[in-house]
Amino acid sequence: MSPADLVLFEEDFRRLQQVLRKLRVESDASVVLLVDKNGQRIASVGDVDALDMTALASLTAGNVAATDGLARVLGEREFSVLLHEGEKENIHVSIVARRVILVVIFSDRSSLGLVRLRVRQAAAELDVTFREVAERMEREPVLHSGIEPLLAEITDEDIDRLFSE
Amino acid sequence: MAFVDFASREIHCKIVYYGPGLGGKTKNLQVLHARTCPSRRGQLLSLATETERTLFFDFLPLDVGSLKGFRTRLHLYSVPGQVFYDAARRALLAGVDGIVFVADSQAARLPANVESIRNLEKNLRHAGYDLGTIPYVLQLNKRDLPSAMPAGELARHLSIKGEPTLEAAAATGAGVFETLKAIAREVLLDLRRRR
Repeated sequence: MSPADLVLFEEDFRRLQQVLRKLRVESDASVVLLVDKNGQRIASVGDVDALDMTALASLTAGNVAATDGLARVLGEREFSVLLHEGEKENIHVSIVARRVILVVIFSDRSSLGLVRLRVRQAAAELDVTFREVAERMEREPVLHSGIEPLLAEITDEDIDRLFSE
Repeated sequence: MAFVDFASREIHCKIVYYGPGLGGKTKNLQVLHARTCPSRRGQLLSLATETERTLFFDFLPLDVGSLKGFRTRLHLYSVPGQVFYDAARRALLAGVDGIVFVADSQAARLPANVESIRNLEKNLRHAGYDLGTIPYVLQLNKRDLPSAMPAGELARHLSIKGEPTLEAAAATGAGVFETLKAIAREVLLDLRRRR
């Protein structure tokens, strides 16, 4: 397992969802989304069917990667918050636990001040969760091998069958 | 690193199309998008300049079927090929599971192919990967052009580790799906090996 790998158990996932749900209600947002820096969606709450969440996750990660590049040019470690203001919808993007991207989509029903405040509170909670996950992975690496039986059972025939459905 | 989501029973893999400018990376993705059933593909995103040169990346999510009851979803990215977009290429290699190198078969583009492979090796190292071990497929594109070098000779120049090498003409669609199947196979076999 590479150091960048992250293994979340169902319990972790539930805790993350809970924080996101609370953030969405308290900031009056339409969607709250957690994405890893590679563009993979981790969890999301809200009107997720109304938007192309895969595209949103990939573009957000690209956006953060470009902004990280800008930060390096200026000698900054990172720009931890990005804001995009539209006529009706706005996107607040922040980096949590140095590796995960928290995205809040909100309209003019809410306000930037409220979103900032609630994001700060949620980020602290997410930080704790991700720190605990990292500590557990270090302490009990064996526990994190749940994926192994699945991968061990993949046969050449299984792979050949892909694309043929 | 591939992402296995047990909650929704999905495996996600990130595959990056790399290669020199105007070599046909975006065209590969456009063909895959055009020839895949709409229920199996997401939107093709292209962050391109006004002259349709890739500026940051193209992105296409594809569902290629089920593996042990898990939907297998490939996230395909193509990088900008032009030399000065190196920062964008580096950014896209984060978390990559497999690389397709799209080589331009025209003899005049041989130096550009060689330089792009060197650049790939350097950028992979920067991102913590080794070109010698990462799943990798070489596509010899533009086989339909009269100025194309003989495939064997081109492969001798560009092959680095006996990787699967496929001939293609992305402009007509030839070899595009075969290339994707080859890299998907390499990525999944690598996942099994690394478990």
